[in-house]
Amino acid sequence: MILHEFLDFEVLRVIWWLLLGVLLIGFALTDGFDLGVGALLPFVARTDVERRVAINTIGPVWEGNQVWFILGGGAIFAAWPPLYAVSFSGFYLAMFLILAALILRPVGFKYRSKRQSETWRAAWDWALFVGGFVPALVFGVAVGNVLQGVPFRLTEDLLSIYEGSFFGLLNPYALLAGVVSVSMLVMHGAAWLVLKTEGLVADRARTFGAYAALATIATYALAGLWLAAGIDGYALVGEVVTDGPSNPLMSEVAKGGSWMAAYSERPWILIAPIMGFGGAALAYLGFKARKEGWTMIASKLAITGIIASVGLTMFPFILPSSIEPTSSLTVWDSSSSHLTLFVMLVSAVIFVPLILAYTAWVYKVLWGKVTAKDVMENSDSVY
Amino acid sequence: MELDIVELSRLQFAMTAMYHFLFVPLTLGLSVIVAIMETVYVMTNRPIWRQMTKFWATLFGINFVLGVATGITMEFQFGMNWSYYSHYVGDIFGAPLAIEGLMAFFLEATFVGLMFFGWDKMSKVAHCVVTWLVAIGSNFSALWILIANGWMQNPVGAEFNPMSMRMEMTSFFDVMFNHVAQAKFVHTVSAGYVTASVFVLGVSAWYLIKGRHEALARRSIAVAASFGLAGALSVVVLGDESGYSATHTQKMKLAAIEGMWETEEAPAPFNLIGVPDMEERETKYAVKIPVAMGLLGTRSLTEEMSGINDLVIESEKRIRNGLIAYDALMDIRAAKGDATPEMTARFEDHSDDLGFAFLLKRYVEDPRQATEDQIAMAAEDTVPGVPQLFWAFRIMVGLGFMFIGVMLFFFIRANFYRMSFPRWSLWAAVFAIPTPWIAAEAGWFVAEFGRQPWTVDGVLPTALSVSHLSVTQVALTLAGFVTFYSILFVIEMGLMVKYIRKGPFMDVPETDAWTKRHEGRLSGRDFTQPAE
Repeated sequence: MILHEFLDFEVLRVIWWLLLGVLLIGFALTDGFDLGVGALLPFVARTDVERRVAINTIGPVWEGNQVWFILGGGAIFAAWPPLYAVSFSGFYLAMFLILAALILRPVGFKYRSKRQSETWRAAWDWALFVGGFVPALVFGVAVGNVLQGVPFRLTEDLLSIYEGSFFGLLNPYALLAGVVSVSMLVMHGAAWLVLKTEGLVADRARTFGAYAALATIATYALAGLWLAAGIDGYALVGEVVTDGPSNPLMSEVAKGGSWMAAYSERPWILIAPIMGFGGAALAYLGFKARKEGWTMIASKLAITGIIASVGLTMFPFILPSSIEPTSSLTVWDSSSSHLTLFVMLVSAVIFVPLILAYTAWVYKVLWGKVTAKDVMENSDSVY
Repeated sequence: MELDIVELSRLQFAMTAMYHFLFVPLTLGLSVIVAIMETVYVMTNRPIWRQMTKFWATLFGINFVLGVATGITMEFQFGMNWSYYSHYVGDIFGAPLAIEGLMAFFLEATFVGLMFFGWDKMSKVAHCVVTWLVAIGSNFSALWILIANGWMQNPVGAEFNPMSMRMEMTSFFDVMFNHVAQAKFVHTVSAGYVTASVFVLGVSAWYLIKGRHEALARRSIAVAASFGLAGALSVVVLGDESGYSATHTQKMKLAAIEGMWETEEAPAPFNLIGVPDMEERETKYAVKIPVAMGLLGTRSLTEEMSGINDLVIESEKRIRNGLIAYDALMDIRAAKGDATPEMTARFEDHSDDLGFAFLLKRYVEDPRQATEDQIAMAAEDTVPGVPQLFWAFRIMVGLGFMFIGVMLFFFIRANFYRMSFPRWSLWAAVFAIPTPWIAAEAGWFVAEFGRQPWTVDGVLPTALSVSHLSVTQVALTLAGFVTFYSILFVIEMGLMVKYIRKGPFMDVPETDAWTKRHEGRLSGRDFTQPAE
């Protein structure tokens, strides 16, 4: 096949780096509010009917939303195999935790209301809380670790050897990043609940949402300052080959500069943190002013900005190595082959617009608030 | 038994994959059966079909959610436990997995919510289309997963790149239209259709035995028997196709399944039954059917089929070839980008056998230092566990023929005996419910255990594919999965039984009225007797 040569390897790598961002943001925007609702469940909904109302706002859509996450995993595997191999095996026990939480969640949705027993339902409510809170926290913790560099090295055969421990992941900066992630997704979940429910549940969600928006602003600012002041950045040294073979060991990397150097090299990327702060501030105002639609949009803006700021700050690094910087994975040395990236791009160009179209249609069909009356009347068929 | 990291990782993968496949076949088949029922509803406008659709969809949902949930484990486990594998073949293997998400999984998962909650929110036809989209999504999902798995069995369209130390794709077309993958796909979805049909048949039979929901049960049996008959025929035919393609791509697997130690003169006989003995290297007490194996495996009377012993000799040759490739690869790597054309040529001439040199890594750090004994041991390692394969295969095939019989029986009774089913046959159908799962798990066991010692046949040995993890870590997650999955299994079975006992809920008032009106002509007769 010659067709793929029409697009440079370098260009394809950048496109797939962007698409990786799109997938992560897509995941946070859709499944993110599911996780947020899960984490909020015990607090905004106290009675059984209230809980069912909250759960049924995401009932018909969580399954599709979760595919963003699964597709994210698949796309990392296909487009960035070294990243998939190093991070998934390195964060082994953390990944297991996420898996367990994410298995618990769908089962919780589906099975919770299938029995009348109060103990049964209380147990699943707890599972739904864990299934929302734990992934939200662990994703943030993972990002916090990536920014500091991860203790792995590659052998000459490119086998990844991880030297850290599970508890090493739970360092102060990573935990702060975890709190950013939880605040942001709780804000998003609250925005969704305000949009989709009424009465007490919506009122409580409004209160929690406003606090979560404030917490997002505060912790995100703190994480940024800390990153500027106390965390080493990474930089490529010497001639940068952007279309060479995907072998991370072939490039030289130096640790010790500041990640913030990116903002003087590419000042336009400031737009990402501005979106992050601005979006969260608007969401706060939206909660206060009872503008449900605007709150949701502002919350989406904030999440997009916050996630994009991490990627843009680190570019071209994807996964720096703290113990052997030469092993670091960058956009230029840890992608799939030219042909694979092209094949994947073609399928993404065909299917992503289709996915967006039918997802939008499904949300349109399901438009409107979920009420206690709906749940009571369809008690047998809804969650 | 001392378990090392490879054994533990294999155990964990086998366990989670087989567990995942408890739910997948039912999803594959039941999604289509539900869609068929809803289509009948849309076409005839009879409420009973709507009730059937909703009832089977409820059971579908209980099963579907665990299929999805345990599928996440599969998608992540390659990176978690098989990180060298992920690096080494991710360039090829990752693509079908990602396309599965884009093309199939998104479709099924997005619409499954509407399928359950959208009844009152759209027109009948639109809802029916949604249900079909869920079914199509599920089945396409299987296509891409089997393209990925087919590539592990028959790695086409890829070559090794010494610069990035991994396999890279050379032709997506070859990967996609891999004949092994295509045969496996139809074989696997057909197995799913049979599974769902046996399930619907068994549950409906139980209702008839109990004298409950007869209108629903009879119609369900009619659908299940027709659909299941087509599925059972297809599963056997395509199983044969898989065997035929293995003749050329995985000779060792086929010889092991057959317990054929020596190369037989063409056309080879088929060992119907016997006791394979790994120590003595023979299959004892074999009952042979002359000519059958040659016919099945090669579809000719003259083509020879190699026995295990000759294949081991073949492996040894390939190991020696692989060592030349390995040596050239080390030279290329030492030259750091200044490889001479001689090195490259030497590597390319032997690179097809590079994987065989890796088999020695189990015994020696640098394969080039391997002794003659070690080479012989590595060649011997290419023989998978013969007795296990021999028996698992026969269980699967035996059950496959049984399904044809069962489906044919119910199909004939449903169509030509006015839906009268003898009581014994109803009980048989109830007790048959677990059998398709046994067949499906046995089938996967043959496919994957028979691929050993490779993860990717002839390319990457299993022992090399694992992540650099500690035994404690893997033991911990393995224990976690066992506990967690067992609890989920108990919960799932509990709910399944509860909802089957409960039966269809009369959610549509007109269903009741309609059933009463129409059952007038069926009433007053015993279902074990023909009508009138």
